[in-house]
Amino acid sequence: MASRGIRDRVAIVGMGCTPFGELWDKSVDDLLTDATVECVDSAGISLDDVDAFWLGTMGSGLSGLTLSRPLKIDYKPVTHVENFCATGSEAYRNACYAVASGAYDLAMAVGMEKLKDSGYSGLTGIRQVGDGTLAGLSSPAAFSFLVPAYAHKYGVDPDELKSVLTRIAWKNHRNGAVNPRAQFRKEVSTEKIASSPLVAGELGVFDCSGVSDGAAAVVVCRAEDAHRYTDTPLYVKGLSLVAGPAAGIIDPDYDYTSFEEVVRSAADAYHQAGITDPRAQLAMAEVHDCFTPTELVLMEDLGFAERGTAWKEVLAGTFDRDGELPVNPDGGLKSFGHPIGASGLRMLFECWLQLRRQAPPERQIAGVGEGGRTLGLTHNLGGGPGECVSFVGVVGSQLSD
Amino acid sequence: MSAGIVSWGVYLPYWRLERTAIGAAFGTATAKGTRAVASYDEDTTTLGAEAGRRALDVAGVPVPEDLFFSTPAPAYLDKTNATTIHAALGLPPGAGAYDLCGSVRSAWATMSLTALSGERRPSMAVISDLRTGLPGGAEESQGGDGAVAFVFAPEGGVAEVMGHASATDEFLERWRVPGETASRQWEDRFGEEVYVPAARAAFTDALQNAGLTIDDVDHLVVAGLHARAVGSLRRALGVPSDRVAPDYVARIGNLGAAQAGVGLADVLERGSPGQVVVVLELADGADAVVLRTTAALVAVQEERRKAGSIGVAALVDQGRADLPYAVFLTWRGHLRREPPRRPEPERPDAPAMRRNEGWKFGFSASRCVACGFVHLPPTRVCLSCRAVDRMEPLRLADVRGTVATYTVDRLAFSLSPPMVGAVIDFDGGGRYRGEMTDVDPEAVSIGTRVEMTFRRLYTAEGVHNYFWKARPLSDGAETGRGRRAS
Repeated sequence: MASRGIRDRVAIVGMGCTPFGELWDKSVDDLLTDATVECVDSAGISLDDVDAFWLGTMGSGLSGLTLSRPLKIDYKPVTHVENFCATGSEAYRNACYAVASGAYDLAMAVGMEKLKDSGYSGLTGIRQVGDGTLAGLSSPAAFSFLVPAYAHKYGVDPDELKSVLTRIAWKNHRNGAVNPRAQFRKEVSTEKIASSPLVAGELGVFDCSGVSDGAAAVVVCRAEDAHRYTDTPLYVKGLSLVAGPAAGIIDPDYDYTSFEEVVRSAADAYHQAGITDPRAQLAMAEVHDCFTPTELVLMEDLGFAERGTAWKEVLAGTFDRDGELPVNPDGGLKSFGHPIGASGLRMLFECWLQLRRQAPPERQIAGVGEGGRTLGLTHNLGGGPGECVSFVGVVGSQLSD
Repeated sequence: MSAGIVSWGVYLPYWRLERTAIGAAFGTATAKGTRAVASYDEDTTTLGAEAGRRALDVAGVPVPEDLFFSTPAPAYLDKTNATTIHAALGLPPGAGAYDLCGSVRSAWATMSLTALSGERRPSMAVISDLRTGLPGGAEESQGGDGAVAFVFAPEGGVAEVMGHASATDEFLERWRVPGETASRQWEDRFGEEVYVPAARAAFTDALQNAGLTIDDVDHLVVAGLHARAVGSLRRALGVPSDRVAPDYVARIGNLGAAQAGVGLADVLERGSPGQVVVVLELADGADAVVLRTTAALVAVQEERRKAGSIGVAALVDQGRADLPYAVFLTWRGHLRREPPRRPEPERPDAPAMRRNEGWKFGFSASRCVACGFVHLPPTRVCLSCRAVDRMEPLRLADVRGTVATYTVDRLAFSLSPPMVGAVIDFDGGGRYRGEMTDVDPEAVSIGTRVEMTFRRLYTAEGVHNYFWKARPLSDGAETGRGRRAS
């Protein structure tokens, strides 16, 4: 038994992505309609051509009807999936398998979330009261555990580490400032980031991703059919999703400086995609920067930096848009906010633009494409340190040899 | 060997309110000193559970077969509160648990009943009080919160009853209609006129009953919410002032129903064998009991020292007095503070609470008998060796731990933000991520030593959600309280 992957058997031939933000005038139905229409238009097809749908949303609707009702889908399979903050990627992963299996010719994955109607600050969970003993810690608090643990393990001065986290936020806002789809389209000074009011632990407001509404969609087909729809498809190289045993929450050996689920899903995805040196081989990565220390730790878990060194690489600009390996060139969750079901597909949308050199010139990553790097990575994490699900996907603009 | 008290435990909350903080808020002069304040996550049930834990956390104390709980401020009516304390103490289902709630006088009855029960089988009395009063009033500034527990057993008693007496009097001096947050009082001098003669009668009768005279009294404890009458009796009863036990009201306030018991515990901690102790309580009349300490007291005092028990006098010295008055008012429900823009917590589910009683109320983990790995909360499948259904329960409520990492959560819903979260590694194995309480966020670091404490997380739809939190060990407590992992 093994994870074999479906490298180069599935192609992405169309995508859509709404602007993300506090979309007071957009309903769930509006978001779904906007994303899917843009998606089918980009593939030059109509919604009728799609044979099966996967809808990812964590809390903005239940069942396939959430999609079929507004789009008037004609008696076709629509599957609702949920996998915490990896929900959008999970919809995409399942759609890929549907076409790879031969069961369908064209499948669509849609990710969507409408968060701002709740009126609350930050993310709120669904009802899970039970015996009432679950700790009521917020998400930023759960991720803030990483900060003292990382500083302690690697002997990083807390003030220095704060400046590392600040630089991550600064970089992602800088990238988002030139992205018209982002929720926040302004650069933010490091002084403002570092002095923002504390939310949890060392995390200030600017260390946290925003709360927003948004949707994104992708349509996939078998790789051999890709050129019926586009001259510039992307090929699915690797798809890995793991749910851990929630070991870190109960295991005293866990030290809060890594996500084992990410390490495992990255190894699986790299194996599927034939990647041996991600830092050298990837053209870009979209990672789950829900909080700044998450991105820091991910750089090590995804193999972009040696253990205990990511903080130096951040300061050196390695992951800037013009750095050695651009990370979150679209601005990340930091600039887009995090409409849960949509984020994974929003990341894929950036690969769709960048790897095909369709990003506007002011933010197109240099050296991507012919003769250069052709692979992009997306990563989602749902849950928190010690207990999470992790998705790592790799796409590329070229078929492998 | 005689029947009687074999152990006791006193719990005073971490917080103190400076009385001058009240005066500052109202622009008036106030008395000096501090009062003990139950935290936002404490009620009379949790205070009582903590006192009970302290009484049981000494080597050689028998497991109580009956538990009697008394408080004038019960967390629930209709539903028994003693069963919650029973569960928090991890007592066996065969042990009874009963409320005797009502007035301060109920506490006296609880002690008498438990003493009687203790002649036949180990029995525990838990007495708890949380004194509130309207803002700016004497009740608020002079009251105090705390709890005391006594274990009585057929053998090994540290004090035997020599005599007792009551002087019952039906008169309207202090009263409260159910649901009100403060009691009302008649004119102060009226109470004094009634109480002082009643107390003198009870005191005299009890001594006579015991065949003793006032000169035989080594320790006198006078308790009661009527400060004027109590003060008068302490001065004028005829017992020399150096034999009148301190009441600590200036430092912790008047603990109401728990005051007499705390006074007795203090005397037992300081006393020596063969001494005569009189406890006199003023509550709708007066009750007096005459005790003589036995030779067993020395060994019990030694066991308590070995267990690291903190005595009443030292507990009074502890506490943190920088509680802002507005926060105190919020905790007591007198000030409605703007809530965070987060969903309110929902009530827990009764069937789930019952299924998980050992975990929720007793902080009982599961240990894999195949490999020894400890799981919090308990699970059926072992994380370490994947053995299925090879678990045994392991109570970690009384085991200490160390902070592995921590955070200050300013976003999470809390009745008193910010919430402090921590990952705790227990001595001997087991990791838990939860909430801290009684904590200065600035003082937490990786390596901070903690103990568990039973708290009320919140109340939703009239359901009190009880569970455990971690709190930093108080100074000097590290030597004590052996693990009772069971």
